[in-house]
Amino acid sequence: MANATSTGESEYTFPAPAQVGREPGSLTRLVQEMVFTVDHKRLGLMYIGAGLLFFVVAGIMATLIRIQLLFPHSTWLKLIGHSTFLDPDVFNRFFTMHGTAMVFLVGMPIIFGFANYLIPLMIGTRDMAFPRLNAFGFWVFFFSGLFLYASYFTAPGLYNAGSAPDVGWFAYAPLMSKAFSRGHSSDYWTLSILLGGIGSIATAINILVTIFCYRCKGMTLGRMPLFVWMWIVVAFLVIIALPPLSAAQIMITLDRYLGAKFFDTQAGGSAVLWQHFFWIFGHPEVYILIIPGFAIASEVIPVFSRKPIFGYPIMVAATVMIGFISLGVWAHHMFTVGMTSIGNTFFAISTMIIAIPTGIKIFNWLGTMYGGKIRFELPMIFALAFLFQFLCAGLTGIMLSVATFDWQLHDSYFVVAHFHYVLIGALLYMFFAGFYYWFPKAFGRMPNKRLGLWHFWLFTIGFNLTFMPMHILGFLGMPRRIFTYEADRGWEIWNQIATVGLLFQIPGILIFVYNLIYSYVKGKEAGDDPWDAWTLEWATTSPPPEYNFDKNPEVRSRRPLWDLKHPEDPDWKFE
Amino acid sequence: MQSGRFFSKFVFGLTGLITALAPVVVHAESIGADYKVHRVADMFQPLSRPAEMIHEGALLVLLICLGIFSVVTGLTIYIVVRFRRKETDNDQEPPQIYGSSHIEMAWTVIPILITVVLILVTSRTIGEIQNMKMPEDALKVRVVGHQWWWEIHYPDLGVITANELHIPVSSRDPEKARPTHLLLQSADVIHSFWVPQLAGKTDLIPNRTNELWLEPYQTGVYLGNCAEYCGTQHANMLLRVIVHTPEEFERWVAQQKAPVPEPVTAQQIEGKRLFFAYSCMNCHKIGDTVAQGLFGPDLTKLMTRQTIGAGVAPLNHETLWRWVRDPQDLKVGCLMPDMQLQKHEVDDVVAYLETLK
Repeated sequence: MANATSTGESEYTFPAPAQVGREPGSLTRLVQEMVFTVDHKRLGLMYIGAGLLFFVVAGIMATLIRIQLLFPHSTWLKLIGHSTFLDPDVFNRFFTMHGTAMVFLVGMPIIFGFANYLIPLMIGTRDMAFPRLNAFGFWVFFFSGLFLYASYFTAPGLYNAGSAPDVGWFAYAPLMSKAFSRGHSSDYWTLSILLGGIGSIATAINILVTIFCYRCKGMTLGRMPLFVWMWIVVAFLVIIALPPLSAAQIMITLDRYLGAKFFDTQAGGSAVLWQHFFWIFGHPEVYILIIPGFAIASEVIPVFSRKPIFGYPIMVAATVMIGFISLGVWAHHMFTVGMTSIGNTFFAISTMIIAIPTGIKIFNWLGTMYGGKIRFELPMIFALAFLFQFLCAGLTGIMLSVATFDWQLHDSYFVVAHFHYVLIGALLYMFFAGFYYWFPKAFGRMPNKRLGLWHFWLFTIGFNLTFMPMHILGFLGMPRRIFTYEADRGWEIWNQIATVGLLFQIPGILIFVYNLIYSYVKGKEAGDDPWDAWTLEWATTSPPPEYNFDKNPEVRSRRPLWDLKHPEDPDWKFE
Repeated sequence: MQSGRFFSKFVFGLTGLITALAPVVVHAESIGADYKVHRVADMFQPLSRPAEMIHEGALLVLLICLGIFSVVTGLTIYIVVRFRRKETDNDQEPPQIYGSSHIEMAWTVIPILITVVLILVTSRTIGEIQNMKMPEDALKVRVVGHQWWWEIHYPDLGVITANELHIPVSSRDPEKARPTHLLLQSADVIHSFWVPQLAGKTDLIPNRTNELWLEPYQTGVYLGNCAEYCGTQHANMLLRVIVHTPEEFERWVAQQKAPVPEPVTAQQIEGKRLFFAYSCMNCHKIGDTVAQGLFGPDLTKLMTRQTIGAGVAPLNHETLWRWVRDPQDLKVGCLMPDMQLQKHEVDDVVAYLETLK
């Protein structure tokens, strides 16, 4: 390998280590391995597994929310003789826990899971820079999640302060101050997020150090897979955006217990200050979640179009631009708090500008597909749905960025539709694509395509049935977070269609979970490189051994495996 | 009594909220009860000047977005169909294209141009709506948000009411225009004033006064909601804006300012005694009596309102009785506690409250 010459002959190879068998282990052994492991792959899978677990719990809550909104108040009365299916406090806890869990306990761990599993493999190294810090990050996240849900059992409050937090996932001051949120439920929210934030920051630092210091020979920054490039941006965003959130959680705890007055409006504190703190985290957070989705798309789309990504440097530049601009748009969540017209205009403009690099990405993905030979494997099918649904999400985002229009749409169901198109329609779809794409690598077996197609169609129909009508609900003036509504406001039919969508989504998810188990046990043997892909993770065995590569690989282009398979037409000649 | 109970059970007893499509006619003296009730608050049917201004901009944005949507979706479908792998394809890889700076330039510049248009339009509309100069004679109203109801003051008219904002209709003729200038404040947590057909929403934030203006062109009853999550009964913090002709509005003001009649019947007098003997007056205000509480809605002209409990039910004898008996029955979690009155005491208090008009 060291003798690789510049004559153009492909002398370097990627010796695949001997296949590691899957010895049947006892459950205690499995648990023991999970607790003590510092292996990035195992931790990555544990992140994803825990994320899926919380996804199911938060999804059940969403189901109950949708059932509650199936009928207006009066109809529930006729049907069940009770004024409502869920009492308002129960409902409020559900949407709080649903939102908090989906962002902090589902989105964050699953993106970290992908990063953990893939980054060392993609840059040709043996583990993350700080394996133990990595394990620390996982366990801190996992216990912050358990801690949050423990509030249901262990946070008895005073009268009406109940169990789980019920202040919404952005817990606006002063609703979450001691005067209005009695008992300890909100403290569980605060401390859980504070804890999770520590884990996220640790993991982000770990990822950055790994990428900057542990790339294999020949892998310059410009030769990294786009997935890795996008993760540089995400990790920086995590490091910049999470500390304000942690600071805010500490401040609100000081408010609640030590009589500080940051957000205590009754003592002259500022309610708007909390919103600034929260959204200066909250908006970059949206990009922290969606850029890993872009990252997966940027791996999946080229491989299944059989072409390299179109405009690699532009894609990198666009991602970096999104990262920068996303730090300056937070107050578009606050167009209705009565900012000056200059303030509103500034944040409207910065928000609109972010549409430009985002649009460039969509065009580049299309450019990648153009002239290719598109193979409709499961990951690609999900990526195509992602393109369509992300387009919808982006366009509704542009509508929301028009501050005047936002005065109408803000906090209405239109916003609910918008961010579900971002987080489900785009991000979750890329998670699914990623699961199907790297499943053979992680477990050595192919995912079942038939089951995958059922999953795709059921979930896609269900998802759009549920969330498309919510745009209309917003136009008709339905505010979000209401546990019930009056009849005859034009809202029933759209709410009912939305709930019917669940009848498709739920079987879709069940089939997905079944497919994971079925394919793990009975899937076809995958081999090292089932998709005929080009990045380094496909150069090792499936599943990779603990040390990833026998010898550290060496690369000369962005697609080392292409070079290997096409010595007559290698990439490095053109880069 | 039997029929009364029947009525109660099936119309309000069980439903406990407004289900009627038709305008709710509550009381003969409820001025404006015959107006059209706009139950579907469609923001694309604006009936007030600021809402119309928002609507214009919104249509342009929708149009642009629809255009982008069609072009990109069309392109995607074309690419997917045209470049799918066909049965007849050989195993050869397609030509490997790495990019093209010309094409990149094109699809960077076009979005930039579209964004510039959007920026210009948006900046202008923001300024126009937000910096609108209110004329001297604009009606000033102070709206204070409470967990889960709206307190409404007319400082220049000396009128205080709750949950139902009465304003005069304005006119497109600048000579006759009479906008309403709202000052928005909150007594506890953040709320948001949103009546989609009249204007965009603006938050009511403690320690802060926000402004909003309405300028409706049609009389009628407009519905809205609190649009910022504010706790347990956020869903039942409903808003009702009643837009009067100028004459009707004057009549309404006169009605609100008229002195409260003294109770006449023995039951009413007993009700008044109970009202002042129990702790009702700690939270409620009634005219110039010793009841000057500030936590709950002003009851001086209670019976001129259309709804009870910030819109949770239409106001009538049945619902008022149920509310006084136990407010948690109609609006669970609301901050008015169950006063534990005996049934006959409820009858008396309701009889007294029904004189407040």
